[in-house]
Amino acid sequence: MISLSNVHKSYAMGSSKLHVLKGIDLHIAHGEFVSIMGSSGSGKSTLLNILGILDNYDEGTYHLNGKLIKNMSEKQAAQLRNEMLGFVFQSFNLISFKNAMENVALPLYYQGVNRKKRNKIALEYLDKMGLLPWANHLPSEMSGGQKQRVAIARSLISKPKIIFADEPTGALDSATSFEVMDILQDINKEGITLIIVTHEHDIAAMTQKIIRLHDGKIAEILENGELKDWKHQYKRELEIA
Amino acid sequence: MFDIDKWQEILSTIKKNKMRTFLTGFSVAWGIFMLMILLGSGNGLSNGVSENFTRDAINGMWLWSGKTSIPYQGMKEGREIKLTNDDYDIIKDIPGIDKTSGRYFIRGNMFSYGSEYGSYTAITCHPDLQEVESIDIVEGRFVNEIDIREARKSVVLGKDIYDALFKGKNAIGEYVRVNNIPFKVVGICKEGGGTRHRNAYIPVTTGQRVFNGSNRLHNFAVTVDAKTIEESQAIETAVREQVAQKHKFDATDESALGSYNKLEDVMQTMKIFQAIEIFIWIIGTGTLIAGVVGVSNIMLIVVKERTKEIGIRKAIGASPASVIGLILLESILITTVAGYIGLVLGTGLMEGINFFVEQQYAASAATNGGNGETIFRNPTVDLNVAVMATVLLVIAGTIAGYIPAKRAASIKPIEALRDE
Repeated sequence: MISLSNVHKSYAMGSSKLHVLKGIDLHIAHGEFVSIMGSSGSGKSTLLNILGILDNYDEGTYHLNGKLIKNMSEKQAAQLRNEMLGFVFQSFNLISFKNAMENVALPLYYQGVNRKKRNKIALEYLDKMGLLPWANHLPSEMSGGQKQRVAIARSLISKPKIIFADEPTGALDSATSFEVMDILQDINKEGITLIIVTHEHDIAAMTQKIIRLHDGKIAEILENGELKDWKHQYKRELEIA
Repeated sequence: MFDIDKWQEILSTIKKNKMRTFLTGFSVAWGIFMLMILLGSGNGLSNGVSENFTRDAINGMWLWSGKTSIPYQGMKEGREIKLTNDDYDIIKDIPGIDKTSGRYFIRGNMFSYGSEYGSYTAITCHPDLQEVESIDIVEGRFVNEIDIREARKSVVLGKDIYDALFKGKNAIGEYVRVNNIPFKVVGICKEGGGTRHRNAYIPVTTGQRVFNGSNRLHNFAVTVDAKTIEESQAIETAVREQVAQKHKFDATDESALGSYNKLEDVMQTMKIFQAIEIFIWIIGTGTLIAGVVGVSNIMLIVVKERTKEIGIRKAIGASPASVIGLILLESILITTVAGYIGLVLGTGLMEGINFFVEQQYAASAATNGGNGETIFRNPTVDLNVAVMATVLLVIAGTIAGYIPAKRAASIKPIEALRDE
């Protein structure tokens, strides 16, 4: 589904260049639930943005569903995002002047679904998230967990193949975080590939595969079975430090 | 372009951002409103004054004699120039002179009828004076050729004199005494463009004969058949030269023969009005530019404010074209509606003022027999100009929105999302 080969990315920081990704090789299969971990500045958000075609890369190749993603026009990228990808952000990124239902329905607007129909579908998805009574509320009238659930509903409504979540629990308390993670696990069970970025190891532990980034390179990839061991090792590292 | 869903999306955005909509709309509506008032006032002033002018014969010219101030052919200055009936005959036949009337000043001005009396001005004239000074006959007739030929003691009374002496009774055929000499009333008149009608007109020949004037005339009132100011001045010069030749004085001597050319005056006033019109246009353009800057400024801020929203829309699949379309259609919709509101309000106000002015005019005309007094009439704006101005503002708003919208729509969504 996702195949990266030697991907490099650097940002211009004034006159100097910040080399963020230094050759990433990565394969993610259909239906996986992957978390990308790493300390801040390790390039995890950048990697996610490139995977989500929100940002471009300098070198290497990225194949999404067998299709090379490189030098795409904004229009093509937008279409691809709309059809295949869903996004969940740390800061929710809901449109502040639209209510929950309208926010959820927005991706369908860009698919050309008429207003009545898309609002009806949006209500179904809000119902799934247990937010039906909040359908007519503005984002500013909702709690963080509710906003994130609206955002998840929005990412699901276009029936994407992959959902990208950048620190989906970053702005939430731990109880709400686990609620959101439960929802994400349910989504994954329905066959949608999920890729999240997080720096919380207990969140990462709820995924099937952990990609640890260190200094712009993949330090290690841990599969589900190894997670427990890894957790011990991680704790030891913390104790030593 | 016409996609109901798109318009619904735009309308819901407008509805939910009332302040932003109001500010954008207000700057457009205000610009158009001010422009309408400004141009309307200018037009009103211009219309009013030019109407006042056209009420008199605008091609009138007046000549009067005096003492020479320049020595001429060995003759000293200070010599008195005496115009006579011969001069009337000369001036009458000069090419370009249309109507001619001479006047002999008579002393005394006591008018009486029965026990009523009053002091008014008796003007001696030829029949042509009626055209030169736009005298309106209310009743009877003006001085005619037979009056002149036979030096009949006829008098045409001004409306005010008639009112004072006759108090509404029939006057035609009655005799009034002018300096104790009986004159037969043949007509009642009003002066064009005036509010006071205190002059009486008697045949010039009668004046000369009855009041010992022999063949003397003091001044002339003529109309000039000229299209341009140059033509008019040429005719004036011709008249001066002919009279100067006969009376032996320098043709440029304004003191020996004074002259006043109304056309020159009218032209000058018209020039002032042209200048005022240009001035109004400059201010109007300034107002429009201020409106354009206002709209552009707000559009820039609106797009800046919406950068994050644009990022979100793009992340969930909006193409750059759809983002730009959304912002621009919203801008066009707001500016067009607001421009129309400004147009309606401005036109409404000017029409209201027009209604008020016309009532004032009608009221003053009613007391003054059709000659209303106003310097402000029909203060309305050419609709084409108003519509053009609105269209200009709409276009300016569109361009001002397009540039930042295009930029915002073409940057990577992740950068737009980072914008706080």
